[in-house]
Amino acid sequence: MTEVQVSEEVAEYTEVHRHPEPKSFIWKYIFSVDHKIIGIQYLMLAVAAVFVGMFLSLLVRLRLVWPEESIPLLGKLFPVGAPDGVMTPEFYLAMLTMHGTIMVFMVLTTAPQGGFGNYFLPIQIGAADMAFPRLNMLSFWSTFVSFMLLLAAFFVEGGAPWSGWTGYPPLSAVPEATVQGLGQDLWVASIAVFCIASLLAALNFIVTTLDLRAKGLTMFRLPLTCWTWFVTAILGLLAFGVLLAAGVLLLMDRNVGTSFFVPGGLVINDLPIDHSGGSPILWQHLFWFFGHPEVYIAILPGMGVTSHILSTFARKTVFGYKAMVYAILAIGILGFVVWGHHMFVSGMSPYSAFVFSILTMCIGVPSAIKTFNWIGTMWGGKIRFDSPMLFSIAFVSLFVSGGISGIFLGQPTIDLFFHDTYFVVGHFHLIMGVAAIFGMFAGLIFWFPKMFGRMMDERLNKIHFWITFVGVYAIFGPMHYLGMMPHPRRYAEITSVDYLEAMGAADLHLFITVAAIVTILVQFLFLYNLIRSIFKGKECLDPNPWEATTLEWAIPSPPPHDNFAGKVPHVYRGAYDFSLPGAKRDFAMQCNNDEAVFGSQAASSGD
Amino acid sequence: MGLLTAVVVWLITLAISIPFVTRTWWMPEAITDIGRLIDESFMVTLVITGFIFVVAQVALGYTVWKYGRKSEGTADFVHGNNKLEILWTVAAAVIFVGLTLTGFSVWAETRFIEKRSMEPSEGRLMVEVTGQQFVWNMRYPGEDNQFGPTDITLIDDAGGNPVGLDRSGPGGADDIMVPEMRVPVNREVEVVLKSKDVLHNFFVPELRIKLDTVPGLVGTLRFKADKEGKYEIVCSELCGLGHYKMRSFLHVVSDEEYDAWIEEQASYLF
Repeated sequence: MTEVQVSEEVAEYTEVHRHPEPKSFIWKYIFSVDHKIIGIQYLMLAVAAVFVGMFLSLLVRLRLVWPEESIPLLGKLFPVGAPDGVMTPEFYLAMLTMHGTIMVFMVLTTAPQGGFGNYFLPIQIGAADMAFPRLNMLSFWSTFVSFMLLLAAFFVEGGAPWSGWTGYPPLSAVPEATVQGLGQDLWVASIAVFCIASLLAALNFIVTTLDLRAKGLTMFRLPLTCWTWFVTAILGLLAFGVLLAAGVLLLMDRNVGTSFFVPGGLVINDLPIDHSGGSPILWQHLFWFFGHPEVYIAILPGMGVTSHILSTFARKTVFGYKAMVYAILAIGILGFVVWGHHMFVSGMSPYSAFVFSILTMCIGVPSAIKTFNWIGTMWGGKIRFDSPMLFSIAFVSLFVSGGISGIFLGQPTIDLFFHDTYFVVGHFHLIMGVAAIFGMFAGLIFWFPKMFGRMMDERLNKIHFWITFVGVYAIFGPMHYLGMMPHPRRYAEITSVDYLEAMGAADLHLFITVAAIVTILVQFLFLYNLIRSIFKGKECLDPNPWEATTLEWAIPSPPPHDNFAGKVPHVYRGAYDFSLPGAKRDFAMQCNNDEAVFGSQAASSGD
Repeated sequence: MGLLTAVVVWLITLAISIPFVTRTWWMPEAITDIGRLIDESFMVTLVITGFIFVVAQVALGYTVWKYGRKSEGTADFVHGNNKLEILWTVAAAVIFVGLTLTGFSVWAETRFIEKRSMEPSEGRLMVEVTGQQFVWNMRYPGEDNQFGPTDITLIDDAGGNPVGLDRSGPGGADDIMVPEMRVPVNREVEVVLKSKDVLHNFFVPELRIKLDTVPGLVGTLRFKADKEGKYEIVCSELCGLGHYKMRSFLHVVSDEEYDAWIEEQASYLF
């Protein structure tokens, strides 16, 4: 019943695209052109990066609650950054900067798109591979080089950069301002290489989605996951080019004496700095022109996965599929014209704040549509509570919470108070960080049987889910209260601000740190489950264990080298035909025609 | 499992909301009219978004609970409802855009400041604030109400001339440099913001306003504080390793106290 139905006329076309399965280990698993291997490589990179990033956040949390106490182990690990086990303020800022950079670029940008998108976009659209397999390999390995460059910054003289993940000049551009050199250069170089990798990947995703769809798979039959990968790729194509340019200019400001971002008349330690004519605000415009779409690059695939999983596990078609597609497009378009809301207090023209604010609030509209439709999708369903579903439900909750706090920050007058406080930190961690990561958890557990032919341990997944769900709220919820005090961000210590002490910021910080330690610990349970399940998980011979509808569930697990064995599947229906009245089962796969779904006419009239 | 999920979502919602209702951690009292207007916008936003937040989370939990119970038959077959889509699109647009529109007049009052000039107008007190790693430098124009010229080659932190003031230039002789800001209560103050090195941010929570100090640019803020007291100025833009300790104070004092203080400062000059 889950057999793929093939249209003969296009089978020839795929023969041209077929490349033989490589035999040697290196070409098969390392320099592979197979989108599935590349997808897993991206995921492995993201898993490595997320644990590094999490460790850095742990250091940040420890420094905040025990700024002066010695932690002997840290003294051994970081003799320069934490002499005698006490982290220096610059070490704190370096950890903070690297945490942000690693999480945003190496985790939130790689896993949802490069990982899941690479693996499942071609399969969900019935293709044998991405449109440009070699380009795909180049994208991954460029990303890998970028990650190595970033990690190298830890080990060079002066250590990792401490100008924040936003790298605002002049702090990032003038070495005298940080007494630092190579670390910041490596940071910029890493981001530049990352931009190139992402540009190539974006092209690949766009062409693949437009050109390689199976017969019958119209755009409005695409799974919402494909829509989000597609729109994310368009965002990447338009955004990363700008950041690349900005990065090159910053690198030149630092090394060859240009002054794109550094104005004249700077004086540090009584010494005039030899620059003139640049503007620090120009960097902010370029950075946020990338930076805001980047938020959606991180979260859109999570939205797609959530829609997909909510529908599958509620056994109900997506409520308002077209509205969802238009909302994705609207978010994509609006995402490019709201960057100024990061700059309300930057000194840019106060008049532009009106425009940026109105457009920012407009983005709340498609976000609200999505939330309503997610609840609408579950309404009237028959919900199955497997862990992918739990993570998706939690995604909706986190998305609402993080979105609501954005309504405060999108208003320039209220932002005057909250800008650069922990309120912002809490806001973007909930929505861009944790919600996106919950989308990844959901996707990873959901697609795990397809990728590895085994199931993850459901009991461990549930334990991990409950602690993580409560844990992330316990970490990032109280940050909004810190913002009320108001607690400025990026403070290595709170002792030098009187009102923070008086209002009990230390207690809240302690609470957050304890919650963070518990939440971090439980991630190792997930890692254990992940690695163990790859090798020893319960075997899953059924190609479609979740009784889902999209094409990846019609082929064996793990899928063969060229996905559909050289045939092109024919798509007969939309992506979410669950609980069709009169159907034999409560789901109808996209590759099943009406006869397969409802039984033959003769059979039904015979009844 | 459905009930458990619902209860956890509801409890989290309750836990997050309580401190906002009891005001356990709250903004310090505003000391300007503008600040109180901003607080009003904040409260309107808090009530409206708080309502949406609670309703959405309760609805999420309820749906999961109601449709997560064991039941006979299949799920409903519904593709959507265009009327509902239009309804919540319009409602969301009106609420969200409406919220920010209502705040615009306050923004205009705070930030649309008449053409800037170094010449202070009648009755308004001018203070120039120059950020540097990791100190705030406050400059008062002195009796002639005119800031003297500056020259970066004259900058000498140890010698007490952090902004490179040229004392021999016009109006420079009586400029007063101090590390903390002191202003009379109920008098309009114009703060001229500058930076010597990197970005900083001038933020006084009780004033409800902040603005980056950008090297190469001059920023302007205006306020009229109506409550005497000592308020902290905290740097709110990452400026380097000492960012967390870059702090000063704003003292709002009576007219008499201010006059005595400025006279005393002036007396040190000669």
